[in-house]
Amino acid sequence: MSPRSSRRLEPSKTDPSLIRNFCIIAHIDHGKSTLADRMLQLTGIVDDRSMRAQYLDRMDIERERGITIKSQAVRMPWDVDGQTYALNMIDTPGHVDFTYEVSRSLAACEGAVLLVDAAQGIEAQTLANLYLAMENDLEIIPVLNKIDLPAAQPEKYAEELANLIGGKPEDCLRVSGKTGVGVDALLDKIVATIPNPVGDPNAPARAMIFDSVYDSYRGVVTYVRMIDGSLAPRERIQMMSTRAIHELLEIGVSSPEPEPTKGLGVGEVGYLITGVKDVRQSKVGDTITTQAKPAIQALKGYSEPKPMVFSGIYPIDGSDYPNLREALDKLKLSDAALVYEPETSVALGFGFRCGFLGLLHLEIVTERLEREFGLELIATAPSVVYEVTMEDQKEFTVTNPSEFPTGKIKRVLEPMVRATILSPKDYVGTIMELCQARRGSMIDMQYLGEDRVQLRYSLPLAEIVFDFFDQLKSRTQGYASLDYEEAGLQEGDLVKVDILLQGDQVDAFSAIVHREKAYAYGVMMTGKLRELIPRQQFEVPIQAAVGSRIIARESIRAMRKDVLAKCYGGDISRKRKLLEKQKEGKKRMKMVGRVEVPQEAFIAALSSDSEKKGEKKGK
Amino acid sequence: MAQFPIADPAPADGKLPEQALIGASVRTFHAYIHVPFCSVRCGYCDFNTYTSSELQGFNQTDFVQRLLQELDFSQRVLETSGLPQRALTSVFFGGGTPTQLPVSDLVRSLEALTEIFGLSSHAEITTEANPDSVDVRYLNALAAGGFNRVSFGMQSAVPSVLKTLERTHNLENVPLAVRYAKDAGLKTSVDLIYGAPGESLDDWKRSVEAAIGLETDHISAYALIVEPGTKLYRQIQSGQLEEPDEDLEADKYEFADEAFGSAGLNWYELSNFARTPSDASLHNLAYWTGQDWWGYGPGAHSHVGGVRWWNAKHPTAYAKPLLDGLSPAVGREVLDDQARLSERVMLELRLRSGLASEVLTGVTGDVDQKISSLIADGLIDGVAAIRGTISLTLRGRLLADGVVKRLLA
Repeated sequence: MSPRSSRRLEPSKTDPSLIRNFCIIAHIDHGKSTLADRMLQLTGIVDDRSMRAQYLDRMDIERERGITIKSQAVRMPWDVDGQTYALNMIDTPGHVDFTYEVSRSLAACEGAVLLVDAAQGIEAQTLANLYLAMENDLEIIPVLNKIDLPAAQPEKYAEELANLIGGKPEDCLRVSGKTGVGVDALLDKIVATIPNPVGDPNAPARAMIFDSVYDSYRGVVTYVRMIDGSLAPRERIQMMSTRAIHELLEIGVSSPEPEPTKGLGVGEVGYLITGVKDVRQSKVGDTITTQAKPAIQALKGYSEPKPMVFSGIYPIDGSDYPNLREALDKLKLSDAALVYEPETSVALGFGFRCGFLGLLHLEIVTERLEREFGLELIATAPSVVYEVTMEDQKEFTVTNPSEFPTGKIKRVLEPMVRATILSPKDYVGTIMELCQARRGSMIDMQYLGEDRVQLRYSLPLAEIVFDFFDQLKSRTQGYASLDYEEAGLQEGDLVKVDILLQGDQVDAFSAIVHREKAYAYGVMMTGKLRELIPRQQFEVPIQAAVGSRIIARESIRAMRKDVLAKCYGGDISRKRKLLEKQKEGKKRMKMVGRVEVPQEAFIAALSSDSEKKGEKKGK
Repeated sequence: MAQFPIADPAPADGKLPEQALIGASVRTFHAYIHVPFCSVRCGYCDFNTYTSSELQGFNQTDFVQRLLQELDFSQRVLETSGLPQRALTSVFFGGGTPTQLPVSDLVRSLEALTEIFGLSSHAEITTEANPDSVDVRYLNALAAGGFNRVSFGMQSAVPSVLKTLERTHNLENVPLAVRYAKDAGLKTSVDLIYGAPGESLDDWKRSVEAAIGLETDHISAYALIVEPGTKLYRQIQSGQLEEPDEDLEADKYEFADEAFGSAGLNWYELSNFARTPSDASLHNLAYWTGQDWWGYGPGAHSHVGGVRWWNAKHPTAYAKPLLDGLSPAVGREVLDDQARLSERVMLELRLRSGLASEVLTGVTGDVDQKISSLIADGLIDGVAAIRGTISLTLRGRLLADGVVKRLLA
């Protein structure tokens, strides 16, 4: 094992030739965080005592779910042949919703460790990120992790990796993040094969923001990679997208705790603090330069986050509405992709229509709202953005099904995605069935190795946002993995299905679906509601309608008995208290016309059948 | 066992607040005596009752002694609180099984009550009785001792249903006991329970017809309430017995209402049927019309002018303060106007005589709107409503709790 470095290179004065910037590309649960932990320990920047599992994942939710939402950069010293190097490890988010953030993290590196579970092989997301890294001309180091597992098949998967990226199977390193085996060899290899950064130290400063994190004590902490020139404390910096000027209050590196430095030079990776309070003022992908000597050309690749999935979020207790607003305002400070605006629902009251990058993003936001702000929420079924053109050429952008226009519609455009699914070959049939049922059309199919297949489909995003991922997992015993990217808009034969309770439309249950699926949706939803809504003192018809045409109907029979048979001396106080309690409980009921609908019924009706919170992102 | 409501502690001297005095002279006064003894505990029972093996160191003689002490105590409290002296309109011995006690104990207790408070001219004096625990001599002695009404726990005429309920009485004893009671000059009533797990509609019909065949003056028919803490509750929770089906219970109620009506027994309260208006139980009516009563014995509840209190449940906990001349009550509620209004609506709506709609002027919301929607849903009688009385229809009786909620919402 290489000795731990006895000295560290001073940031801002490090020769770019001694710097290596890399990231780790891995699927959820393939052990990226554990491997990162071992690196921190091995390089000595975290002592064994203060080591805690998954050191770099900062939020509780991240640690619990074993996923990384926010990336960070850590500077580690490492000696090879008596020369000390500075390694910057950039921890990338691992989920499809955060592809843009991944792409910026990759752009900050010259190389990537492709980490694959030796018992499971590569997964779709990893593959997508690998392609992204290859497009960015990153040097790829293939690594098989968890070789200590009895089920590990390193030979098989080394072969698979060699097929994917070229090279020989034996070039594939074998490590165990758990035991630490092979990690030192990996660090050596990073130094040996990943190119050092190249830039012009005398050019105007250009630093790329690859992450921006809100810290309640310090304001926004911005993570940057210096491309050209240098930055120093107290300098006035400029964001090239907005031209906004900020003073650099602090600049430094993470090691892994923040350490202020005298600046950052070419090729270095570090953080800056300017005192801004909102991550929107320090956007991922933007280029930072100095006011004194501004750069002319911004770095390539910047784009605004674009919400893909929308959901109405409502407080269960209507009086929590101001608290929800405040919570969203706070959350926005740390989440540049979150957008929202007030919305009113007849059934659910006051709330917000929120836009998310994807389903995981939606879940993370609602979970944080509930956990960190103590709110109880109902989220409506996720919906996508439709572009509706009427016969009279009027155009509407619909993010909420209940706003779908009535009248003569000329055409409806819906967002499409290109989905990549990796799976053992035995499941190809069932996956094809699923994709077809979701209006998918196959682009191509490729064998990755002897028994693994890559399927590519064009699918409407709306078909994916509900429970596609759950279905895919359950049909393939959890073996298939999914990745997707936006693929523009396409015309679809879409209609709005409304749900009526006793003739009153329940806006929260309206859905935009393909004409051929309207009936199935109507039957499913009316049936579900029949089970969920308690019997009332009168019969309640439940109908599904497209326009004025009823396509499905159920009814809740009137309740026949609701009386306590006995009420003598001792029962009276009890019964009165019971009544008072039931009156309280009524506050948790939503009235749809005269029908009392419990909150739980809304929540249950709006969630998909197979979904159970927490399970979804598990494996 | 059902929990007491959460409330204030009861004062040791039992003294009543001034509020209790308001209107006392127009309210009637009643006594309930709780006898907490049974030979066995039935599976559905959550009443405050004990079998002899459950009560060591507290015997039936001690019980009667404590009861007499509480009588003295009640007289002191009512007097020092400034309540007018009122003769008892009814006395009711319930339990438990009051007839577990020697008849002389019941008679002695009644005599003590009479001595202290006096009885009004048509006072109703009832005891509950297990058909197995009474014979001709016992019933005659009751009548001779001043009792004029007996209520038998019949529950069902179907052996399998009695078995589910864990009632042990012998079926043949019911008609005998009723006949002896009538011969002794006592008014008679029987209690029925419907909705036991496994009871079919036909089972229930048999019970209803058997009860009608007894030609009593009064019948009570209760839907089984599965109380948490009972053996029956556990049996249902664990799936050994099926949960009562509310639709089937509604069918059973409708059948009983029809059958009793044809036999000349008309409802005067949701679960109570009487041959003539004068056969309606005065004691039960006192509960539903907000009269004053003192409940004696362990766990008994009392009500005087919007003040409710209740005694310690366990006989030894009940006995201890009485030995020191202190109140055996463990909790008390002084109802505010809103709570009294809620109770009035909740209780008077149960009666055929109904609720005067002027009572509702105190409730929130548009009362006329509420009333017309209840008429439209067929839950209350439209003609009666126009005349100022809220009276439940047959369907409304089965949904009475919902009607109360709608009126008070």
